[in-house]
This record gives sequence, structure tokens and C-alpha cells, in this order.
Amino acid sequence: MPVGVNDQEGRLRPAPESFLSEELISEISHRGVDKSRRDLLRGSFAAALAGASGLTFADDPNIVNVPEWSRSLGKPVATNPYGQPSPFEANIIRRQSPGLTQTDQASVAFTPLQNLFGCITPSGLHFERHHQGWVDIDPQRHRLMINGLVKKPLVFTVADLLRMPSVSRMHFLECGANTALEWGNSAVPTVQYTHGMLSGSEWTGVPLSLLLERAGYDRDARYLLAEGADGSGMTRTINLTGALEDAIVAYGQNGEMLRPEQGYPLRLVVPGVQGVSWVKWLRRLEVGNKPYATKDEASHYVDLMPSGQLRQYTAIQEAKSVITAPSAGQKLLNQGYYCITGLAWSGRGSVRKVDISVDGGRNWQEARLEGALSSKMLTRFNFDWVWRGEPALLQSRVHDDTGYIQPQRAALVAERGTRSIYHNNAIQTWRVSPSGEVDNVQVG
Amino acid sequence: MFRWARLSIVCLTFLGGNALAQDYLSALNELGRTATAAELSAWDIDVRPDFLGLPPGSGSVAQGEALWLDQCASCHGDFGDSNEVFSPIVLGNITEDDVRTGRVAALTDPSVVRTTFMKVATLSTIWDYINRAMPWNAPKSLAADEVYSLVAYLLNLAYIVDDDFVLSDENMEDVQALMPNRNGMTEDHGLWSVNGVPDVVGSACITNCSVDTTITSFLPDYAMNAHGNLRDQMRHYGPLPGVQTAPTPQLSVSQPAQSDSLDQIPADLLAVSGCEACHQVNKALVGPGFTAIRARYAGADASAYLAKKIRQGGQGVWGSVPMPAMNQLDDTVVEALALWLASGK
Repeated sequence: MPVGVNDQEGRLRPAPESFLSEELISEISHRGVDKSRRDLLRGSFAAALAGASGLTFADDPNIVNVPEWSRSLGKPVATNPYGQPSPFEANIIRRQSPGLTQTDQASVAFTPLQNLFGCITPSGLHFERHHQGWVDIDPQRHRLMINGLVKKPLVFTVADLLRMPSVSRMHFLECGANTALEWGNSAVPTVQYTHGMLSGSEWTGVPLSLLLERAGYDRDARYLLAEGADGSGMTRTINLTGALEDAIVAYGQNGEMLRPEQGYPLRLVVPGVQGVSWVKWLRRLEVGNKPYATKDEASHYVDLMPSGQLRQYTAIQEAKSVITAPSAGQKLLNQGYYCITGLAWSGRGSVRKVDISVDGGRNWQEARLEGALSSKMLTRFNFDWVWRGEPALLQSRVHDDTGYIQPQRAALVAERGTRSIYHNNAIQTWRVSPSGEVDNVQVG
Repeated sequence: MFRWARLSIVCLTFLGGNALAQDYLSALNELGRTATAAELSAWDIDVRPDFLGLPPGSGSVAQGEALWLDQCASCHGDFGDSNEVFSPIVLGNITEDDVRTGRVAALTDPSVVRTTFMKVATLSTIWDYINRAMPWNAPKSLAADEVYSLVAYLLNLAYIVDDDFVLSDENMEDVQALMPNRNGMTEDHGLWSVNGVPDVVGSACITNCSVDTTITSFLPDYAMNAHGNLRDQMRHYGPLPGVQTAPTPQLSVSQPAQSDSLDQIPADLLAVSGCEACHQVNKALVGPGFTAIRARYAGADASAYLAKKIRQGGQGVWGSVPMPAMNQLDDTVVEALALWLASGK
């Protein structure tokens, strides 16, 4: 049994400090620990242990009355040919932010980050952002065309692409407008709405470089236009130099074909770059020598600076992190141990370190990073915390492997103002009240 | 780059080294085929800022206005200024000075709604987008001349061209020189390339950092429920349940308090209280079933005790899963629930 764990309850026992009298704590903090106080401490600790081991509990009916699922025949295989989450998880779903958009086709449904684990987003909970609705495409009628500055314009069927050498890579996908609502003030009540245009998936497909090689692309070309087959014919200018490194014409997501809302049967994966460039329902790639200034890089997805200038062709998602639990809208059940957990990522590389502050950024401690650190992928971090009912301001701060450190909101706003909409990667603050309720606040 | 050579080696290894790299490469190159001219013209519809890809054609402001009223005004308003369905396209915030300098001054004014023509620097963008994506419910249904006429009408609404103007592939470049925000874009930033230089970098300070921790913004109470009841948007049984943000409706409790109805399940009371997230009537879920609670306290005068347990929560009576304090509930609701739970026979 790990130290400090009460086997009767499966819960952590309160730390020994709680068994010290207030008088003794005050004595120690003012005068330090001398021998007599050390003896007192030892006595208190022993008493606490004795008390804990002497606790008695009422019988748990969930144990003494063997539950019905242990006393009945289970359901047959293939009851759900495509498996579904437990009905008890029915409220962990994508949600819209009321009033954010005026039409449901040009809208967003946010991922419930507060209740997810690890760094893979279940495909059915992957956030949705469409510009003119989503479509169901018949893969047998879908084609990918490659044209522009190529020796030979080509057409591929989905079968052609499925037959080619493939790669599988883990990458995060973040909308450039993630956290856009928070530039000016705290605006939305949970991490689902502040940061939920974010996901991590394993993407499978054909390396873009392989397809462009096949077409004989012009080595001097610097741009690529990616175009979707949906009604909006979504188009985005892609940095070809960057895309040749790691972009994928993907058909697979988390081991199965892409979901329709994610671009079935083909989407462009552009690691580290904002989601709008990961063109869904991909039908065409055009190699070019000038950028295209499409609607979503001329009217939208341009970042307004205080000077009145609009930053155009902003693509990279800079390093960012957020605590997903405890987070706004949640309530700490009672005092004691909590694991502060969250996600960190960088569009320029991999996560090197995540720091946690529980006092609004005055003091920081390093969090544990879980799992392999993949480039341009979410990294899960965890941090041990004991809450004793004190007010707290929780923050996380990521360092990436380029040396970049996630900025405080005030620093970002000082440079960019509050009206740039996109690329808000500021440190997020969650306030914990003595009641245990957590809410979304801004400091400084 | 995904190295072509590396892929070849991987695949050759799978083939046991029997196939020559040359065979593999040429076989791979049999996948996909050359696009035909008709296919290219059907799909290669993009129009670049230098008007590469722009098809010939023309359309007048007057033609555009008629088409606009027929197919576009229902969403965008007769004058492209509606904010009902989409952001306004024009709103009269562009000055003659803007057109002269190519910078829209009102973009620095936070009180001014940003319209399409205040932002967009390139006329090709407007043409290309209408052509590929409009109308909203019937994209790609407009002929080239119709697109020219609609762009002409919008330019007229934005006071860039006169009422009798005819836009065509011949004069697009001339009009580009009048676009009010044509000089308003900058690529001077670090976000185009993965190697770009960041404009803002955070502090590495670890202890006693000088930061202002004054709370400058938070959601007021009245906004907490604007996204629905947060209690229902979190996992119910974890250590971090959602905060109850929906007000508890005021219920008339006279009915459940009447002795003859105490055996009835107070369904509406349970619905508003949120108890059913963890408790069912007849079986244990996260917490004990209501029937079991009623049976345990049958005959005892336990309503005050049960009201206290509902308000304060507890742990250990029915097992180790703690019940959170339900102190957000109205006293009348708590008391009615406690009375019902204590009235078992």
C-alpha cells in the first residue's frame, strides 16, 4: 500500500499537518522546530495515524449487496456493432457556445476537455468548425487533383491513395481562433469553451511530399493552395517549404477513416499550423509561386493589430498550455489531494517543460509530463496538489524545445491589443474559491 | 521531408529485397493519372490577387443589384449591411481618404464594426469567394458574368465605384488600385514559418515573480448560466462535479407535503433538484436508491436529519462515495425532499 493511502476507503488520508493544533502551527512558524516541539509533532503524527487506522466505516451496500451486473448474464457481442460510450457518460459531449455564431453551418462545437484524459481526443468528441456546413462524401466518387506548377497535373482516386506508402503521425489540431473570446475579458464559463477548439489525434495518410514528387513539382515554388470539395470550396494558402517537411494527405484518424465532420474521405494535415489550413474534404492541391489571399486569409483569419494593420498568413500555433482539471465550472468535492492536469503543445516543436502556479504566477513548480513527447502534438501534464480550502489562482506555463515560453496575458495584450481574434496563447487563470468552486478569471 | 529514399528502403525491406528500387518506383508511379484539360478547367477555379485564373466576363452595378435582391439580400440585407446572419459586408465606414491611402483608418477604432470591405485588401478575394461559395445554400451556381455584377454592386455599396459602373476582367486591376484597405495587410510577423521569430515570449521566472495578481475580469453571476447548467456539462461522479448554475425553480411544496401524497414520487422535485444525477428511485446508482433510503428511515423522525444531509453532503453512511453538499437548493425543495424521504413505511 502506498504511503498515505487509506486502504479502507481508497482515498488519500489528510496530511499530518491537519492534526496539528493551530497553536502549535503558529509556534512552529514563528520560532521553528526545537526538540520539544519536535516531540510534540511526533506525538501528533502518531495520534493521527492511530486515529486513521482506528476509523470504522459502515458497510458499503455496493459491496455487501452484490450488484445486479455481477448476478446476471451480460449482453451479447455486437449488440452495438459500432461501440458507444457508457450511457453514464452522456453529458460528455461537444457543445456550442450560445450566441457565438448566427448560423449553425458556419459555427463551432467545442471539445469537452475538462473530462478527457491523455492526449488523444476521441474522434466523436473532436471539435467541429465548419464554414458552410459538413458534407457526406461518397469515397468512390471523390478525387484528389494536383495541379499548378507541376510537370504533370494528376488525379488520384481514394483507392490510389489507400494503396500508396502511408505514414501515421500524432499531431494536435487547434483552431486559430481557439481562446479568441478571451482577448478582452473572461467571457465563457468552462475550459470547453475557452480552449475546446483543440484536439490530438493519430493521422494516417500519404506524405504530401510523395504526391508532389510524383507530380514533379517546381522546386522554386513556395506556396500550395489546398481546396475542399464542400460547398464552401474552402481554400487556404499553405507554406510549401514547411508542408514538404511533415504535411500528410490523410484519410485515417485514430485507426479508422476520418469522420465526415473531419473531412471524410481526405483532409490535409499541416502539423503545427492552425486548423483552418487542414482543409477538409480535400479535392485539390495547386502548387504556386504567390499566395492566394483567399476569403479565410483576407477577410477572416487575419489578426488585427493596434496599429490597424492586419497580420496576414498567420499560420503557426505558438506554444500554449491549459489546465483542464480542476477548471472553471467545476467544484472541488472536498479538501485534500487533487491532481492538477492539463495539456501543453507547440506548433514549432515539442513540449520541453510545463510549470504550474497556484498563486497567480508568483511562484512556479514543474509538472510531470506524461508519455512520449511528440513534435507538434499534445502533451499531458500532471501536478500533485493538496487543497486545504485556501483561495488559489491556478495557471500553467509551457516551454517548448525552441526555448519559447508561453506568455502571460498582459504581455500578449501589450503587444497585440485585444482585437486580433486569432492566436491567443496566453496563460489561462482559474480561480479556486474557498467553497471549492472554480471560475474563469483574468489577472493583471 | 519524408524522404522518398527512406520510404523506398522500408518498402523494399518488406519485399525481401527481391524487387529492384526501379521496379518499385515505376510501379508506384502507375498510381494516379494525368488530369484532362476539361477536368482542370472544371476544378481549377481559384483566382489569385494578380488575377491569374480570372475568367473573362463583365457585369454592371444594376445587374448586380437585381441579382443581389433576388439571391443575396435575404441573408446580407438589401445594402449588404445586415448583421442578422453574417457580419456586414459594407457599413459606410470607409472614407475617401481611406481609398486614397489604401488604409482604412476606422480599423483602429474599437467602436466600429469591422466589415468585409474595411479588411479585404484584394479584389480577387471577393470575386473568388462569391464564385466558389455563394449563394449560401447553392454554391457554385452563379455564372461568371453574374459574379462580376455582384462584385460591381458591392463595390458600389462601398462607394468605390459609381452607379453606372460595369466591372469586367479588363478593369479589375484598375479597381484593385482603389481597394480601401489595399495597403492594410502585413506579413511582418513570425507566424508564417515554423522558424519565425515570436513577437512575445513569456518569463522564465520561478519564485517571487513580479506579477500583478489582481483579478481584472471574471464572469458575473448572471452570465454563469448563459451556456446552460454547468452541473450537467461535467462528469457527475468524479472529484470535480460541475457547479450548479441554473437557478432552482421556486416550487410549490404544498402538494408533496400532504400526507396522502407522500408515497408518490415527487418527479418534478427530483427533476429540478439534480438528485437524479446520482440517485434513482428503485436502485443504487452512484448513491443509494430513494426506495432504500425511505426504507432505512421508515418510522424514524428523520426529516430534519435528512435535510441536513442533503444540504451538507456526507460520506460513509451508504458507502465510500461522498455526496457533495447540495447547498444550492432552495430550503423549500430540501425540506420537501427530506419529508418525502423520511415518510417511508
